[in-house]
Amino acid sequence: MATSTRVGASRARRPSAGDPEAVERPSAALGRDQLLALYYWMRLTRTLEERLVALYRQTKVVGGLFRSLGQEADAVGSCFALERRDVMSPLIRNLGAMLVKGATPVEVLKQYMARGDSPTRGRELNIHFGDVGDPATTRGFVGQISPLGDMVPVMAGVTLSFRMRGEDRVGLVYVGDGATSTGAFHEGINFAAVQRCPLVVVVENNGYAYSTPTHRQTLARRFVDKAIGYGIPGEQADGNDVLAVYDVTRRAVDRARRGEGTQLVELVTYRRKGHAEHDNQSYVPAGEIERWAAENDPIDRYVARLTGELGFERSALDALDARVRAEVDAATEEAEASGLPEPLDALVGVYANPPAERPLWFREGVARAVERTERAEGWGTYPSTPAGTPAGTSSRAGDAPGGVLPEARVAGGDA
Amino acid sequence: MGAAVHPGPATSAAGGGAGAEITYLEAIREALYEEMARDENVFLLGEDIGAFGGAFKVTEGLMARFGERRVIDTPISEIAIVGAAAGAAHMGMRPVVEMQFIDFIANAYDILTNYVATARYRAFLPCPMVVRGPSGGYVRGGPFHSQNPEAGFVHTPGLKVVYPATAEDAKGLMKAAIRDDDCVLFFEHKYLYRRVRGVMPAGDHVVPIGQARVAREGRDVSIVTYAATVHKALEAAAQLEAEDGLSVEVLDLRTLAPLDDAAIEATVRKTHRVLVLHEDTRTGGLAGEITARINESCFEWLDAPVLRVTAHDIPLPYAPQLEDFVLPQTADVVRAVRRLAAY
Repeated sequence: MATSTRVGASRARRPSAGDPEAVERPSAALGRDQLLALYYWMRLTRTLEERLVALYRQTKVVGGLFRSLGQEADAVGSCFALERRDVMSPLIRNLGAMLVKGATPVEVLKQYMARGDSPTRGRELNIHFGDVGDPATTRGFVGQISPLGDMVPVMAGVTLSFRMRGEDRVGLVYVGDGATSTGAFHEGINFAAVQRCPLVVVVENNGYAYSTPTHRQTLARRFVDKAIGYGIPGEQADGNDVLAVYDVTRRAVDRARRGEGTQLVELVTYRRKGHAEHDNQSYVPAGEIERWAAENDPIDRYVARLTGELGFERSALDALDARVRAEVDAATEEAEASGLPEPLDALVGVYANPPAERPLWFREGVARAVERTERAEGWGTYPSTPAGTPAGTSSRAGDAPGGVLPEARVAGGDA
Repeated sequence: MGAAVHPGPATSAAGGGAGAEITYLEAIREALYEEMARDENVFLLGEDIGAFGGAFKVTEGLMARFGERRVIDTPISEIAIVGAAAGAAHMGMRPVVEMQFIDFIANAYDILTNYVATARYRAFLPCPMVVRGPSGGYVRGGPFHSQNPEAGFVHTPGLKVVYPATAEDAKGLMKAAIRDDDCVLFFEHKYLYRRVRGVMPAGDHVVPIGQARVAREGRDVSIVTYAATVHKALEAAAQLEAEDGLSVEVLDLRTLAPLDDAAIEATVRKTHRVLVLHEDTRTGGLAGEITARINESCFEWLDAPVLRVTAHDIPLPYAPQLEDFVLPQTADVVRAVRRLAAY
């Protein structure tokens, strides 16, 4: 597959054969635990989504279901380049990135199942949840919204704050091929570039925005070419090669961290499922999905590499598969046992002040109940960070969120 | 910072020291100055606000005092400016964003209503930020430099909206808005920028968000209003007292979201006749909401139907003859109050 190519008219140093950066492969420095961790996160992503499909078919998922099948390498490999103190803004196909950054399977399951103790307490769906703030106590991912492109200017502001305070932190924001057509993408990346924000903008080019193929989105041949228009460096890589993804993102993260400003990365991948589970993909040419599945599955490719040139035993991967299954089973059990939202909680937390809205007059009985019950004393309060920061997130070696495997979260499930 | 009035750029520009009368515009600048001096997390973002000092010079002198790091000239990108402010606010900063004209806030409508307004509720993300800008008509600004787009934002849960009518409130509400833990849209009436003046109260002058102000006490009829039309109402009240012997109460809402229901109810119970007055267009304007609330909460206290005086439902035209016809004038208020008093 293609190795990375780069653009960047404004860079003083043009990449050349003599430029060490042009050939730098940070993945060469990854240890065996980290190489296995990459596999673990991709497998966890896929298995968790397969479990969600089963729950969706049992109508236990309340709303739509969004898959990232075939894109696990792009999400996992890119987020693996961040450190814990960095902040990441995911998109709907970045479950893998969220897991790497510390989101847990049970949180994801509770979100989809709209449980009362889900990270958003039933306010938002799917993987739309975040945990950001003090780097010592939060995992550093921002709750995204559905209008596409909007997270680019938001992350410009997050990273502007890093620059203003002289903090050694980097931001990473994912957008799809479709979102590059929005005004928010353009305004956000231009603003970040001008302000020299330490922000990495990752364009995941998966071929389709809902049903619209890339050639109906833009006449640009490569999304990475847009970097030239913003005067920032850009690199493109094979999004289904997890180590290439890690390399290209890590180089961009390192440049941003060194004070070289905003970076663009294009990851070329393929969306093998529809926009959401209801989408029958009738607009996809015959054989296209099957060809990508057979020839370019990111997990298959990485397994071949691990058991080939990297010299891992198949049994090591099988053990991780078993661990993932056990973790997803345990998470499912916990999510299914968790409670449903308390309807009155719908009125809490629109504003910092007042902390809660009052029920309307035609719900007066409810309003009186609020005043009567013990609940009234806690009315309008909620934890400053969503529940469920997992033990696993603090157990990792060093600062890298996905650096080594998290502690197993099931009794006896550790391989 | 100390409580004494400091020699900030606003007061020095006004040519006076403590206790001098300053304009509505200078009062806003003084609030920005004091809050930036008080809290290093406060910073300004906007188009042409730094080196140039802003289209109306609200931020003049602040870059010289606080530096380019805290007074940021941005690209022409309302989405980016508001979005970046939200991101910085999540991380503990307190950004104050300028819309060069509030009309341009339409460009940021998505990110304000979809992102900022929902952030705390859906994702527990704090958004302490202020979006401020010159608003309103009576200035021959034409369709794109005269708007009053407050209603759409008052309609959006998650945003607070203030719209002061006096210099004192402009300063005190700006300080409150910057300190507020929610996103506050701060509408500044450009007709009032240099036309109204006030002496700032000594010390740390903060006007709480959510509290209306009785601008004139009265017994016979109440006018509920805000921003520039507060002054139309006061002119009308003086005329009605002189010519008709009517005692007109004027309630200046100051904050539009959340509305001060208690103050509205109090004036209804006092005079039993209410005119709701605003410069914004009629259909879907705030007057309809206020009328509905009065209907629900104190119907039995009314001696007359609630009436509205508003702009016509027309994009604001440029020519003085046209603009003056479309916007509510003092004579319209006088006419409406006489009708209410005679009901």
